[in-house]
Amino acid sequence: MNDPTTTILFVVILLNFFLLGTSRLGACIRVVAAQGALLSILPPLVHGVSPHSLLLAAVALALKGGTIPWLLFRAIRQVKIRREMEPRIGYIATLLLGALTTAGAFIFAERLPLLPEHLHSLFIPASLATMAVGFLLLITRRKAITQVLGYLVFENGIFIFGILLAEAMPLMVEAGVLLDMLVAIFVMGIVMNHINREFSSLDTENLCLLKE
Amino acid sequence: MLLTSLIVIPLLGAAAALAMPSERLRPWLLPPVAFIHLALVLAVIAAPAVSTGAAMLELDGLGRLVLLVVSLLFAVSSLYAVGYFHNHPDWTNRTFVTCLLIFLSAMTVAAAARHLGLLWVAVEATTVASAPMIYFNHNRYSIEATWKYLLFCSVGIALAMLGILFLAYAGLHGGATEQSLQLDFLLQQAPLLSKPWLRVAFVFLLVGFGTKMGLAPLHTWKPDAYGEAPGLAGALMSGGLTSVAFLAVLRVVQIVKGAGEAELANQCLLGLGLTSLFIAAVFVIRQRDIKRMLAYSSVEHMGILAIGVAVGGLATYGALFHVMNNALAKGSLFMSAGNIHRYFGSKKMCETQGAINVLPWSASLFLIGFLAVTGSPPFGAFLSEFTILRGIFGSGHNVLGLAFIAFLTVIFIGMSHTVVTVALGPPLEQAPSAEPQVGEGFLTVLGPLVLLGLVLLLGFYLPEPLRRLLTEAAALLEVQT
Repeated sequence: MNDPTTTILFVVILLNFFLLGTSRLGACIRVVAAQGALLSILPPLVHGVSPHSLLLAAVALALKGGTIPWLLFRAIRQVKIRREMEPRIGYIATLLLGALTTAGAFIFAERLPLLPEHLHSLFIPASLATMAVGFLLLITRRKAITQVLGYLVFENGIFIFGILLAEAMPLMVEAGVLLDMLVAIFVMGIVMNHINREFSSLDTENLCLLKE
Repeated sequence: MLLTSLIVIPLLGAAAALAMPSERLRPWLLPPVAFIHLALVLAVIAAPAVSTGAAMLELDGLGRLVLLVVSLLFAVSSLYAVGYFHNHPDWTNRTFVTCLLIFLSAMTVAAAARHLGLLWVAVEATTVASAPMIYFNHNRYSIEATWKYLLFCSVGIALAMLGILFLAYAGLHGGATEQSLQLDFLLQQAPLLSKPWLRVAFVFLLVGFGTKMGLAPLHTWKPDAYGEAPGLAGALMSGGLTSVAFLAVLRVVQIVKGAGEAELANQCLLGLGLTSLFIAAVFVIRQRDIKRMLAYSSVEHMGILAIGVAVGGLATYGALFHVMNNALAKGSLFMSAGNIHRYFGSKKMCETQGAINVLPWSASLFLIGFLAVTGSPPFGAFLSEFTILRGIFGSGHNVLGLAFIAFLTVIFIGMSHTVVTVALGPPLEQAPSAEPQVGEGFLTVLGPLVLLGLVLLLGFYLPEPLRRLLTEAAALLEVQT
């Protein structure tokens, strides 16, 4: 447990549970930002200090921990909502589901054909568990903003897995991936604003006009 | 050098569009950029392919084919766009025109990308650039369509990213000393990739890029997005974007086939292809919304492409030829449907009946476009679908061939009811819309007319360079042993 990467990944998993259990949107955005910021420290810790890993960490930190949360805060300020009300599945139930999927992730990761050096690290289970929690948020929450947060958590899960394979991705591509995400969140923020203007709420249940 | 300018010129155009103050003049930026792009694409294709084996951006046969399709479609669309915005001088078009040009640049990068990460970045960029185009009408319906599109495609494409990472892990696990996601490198290393990871990677990549392509059952965003987007955006997405997504799927298929797992790839593609045909056949019958009908037709054609590639051999060649025919015919249909939609202020079958009395050109083009897209002779789509069928029967898949014909027939009959009613049905007593009616202009008719003319031409005459390009592209998808 002295290994800092293990501690970070452990905290990331705990943050997942916080996300599933809270209804305050401001806190949710902060937690997703904290999660992203923690993850952005990992590349230099895993691959050693090199220009590649440091730059990747800097870009990830700036976007995941800075710009994207700022965009989201701006979005909720504009639409003046504070809480996620009435999720499709209750908080306790999603917390339980989250616990089950996290346990499942640990068991599943044991069975995967992994390289010896990844066999008992937290990377694979943490990545799987975070992705699962992201999906849970996407499915169970009704507010457009929590769905965006779910997408971000899902991306964080992928990012954890990606750290193991940082060498395969040139820095330019990695930056492109993060930039794409930033622009996607930006566009989603604008759309959210318009949803709110049109329906006076961010509830995606309102988006049910299009059907056969 | 040429390739870089192909990517940069649309971006410069986008910057100019963003900066230009005049709403009236801005759409005029599109044709020059589009035609310079087309000319450069033709120049690139005319030059022989040089493979350096480690480039990030390079055009092989498949990339050239898709780039040609995209550029051609965009060039014609740019003329249509000028006519479209000329008819509506009061609409703000800054976001739309800017996004169109960024969209073109992103599709160019995707066609030329030789690195899976770069391909992913480009495909995701197309999603982000096309979302504001869907939202163009700024109403409750288009906002719902945009939200669904953004969320669906972003999550889908995130799954593709996971697939890419699994592929990298397959390399690592397979004992590769060097890590890279460069395509030539991967193709060369393919036999060494760890099989379990490769299979998982393939499934995730297929689901991710398949969502973007709109293969059933991952197509649910498609009718909404195409239904609410302006005809122009529908034309470019159903013709251009789906071709680019198909290219992304083909890249994955190339790697998987190189690794000796062709069986898995073929069966997955076949399953998705047949599901697409089935879903399209079910939903196209009694479809009362002309743009949603076209969206289901797009699902159908994606299914045809998937089946063509799954069967292999001659059918692969047919599928690649079909990419071109589908893009041109679908582009034409969405443009003429857009004209009808604008005139009546509705895209419901019952409110646009008898369009031929008021919009003689658009309604005729809509009717003929329907014949072209469903593969009636003498259009190019007939030839390509026929080639795919010959491939299917030639390789002994008789049941599949019969099912294929049955689905296509059902879809033809289903679509014909709606299309014939809209074009030739008894006209309504009074126009239901209070909005001022906008008739068809020279440019808004020229666009779909030129595209249909090209599909017709391809039915009679396949230029030799194009035939060579198709053969070269199809050869890339064969198993190299």
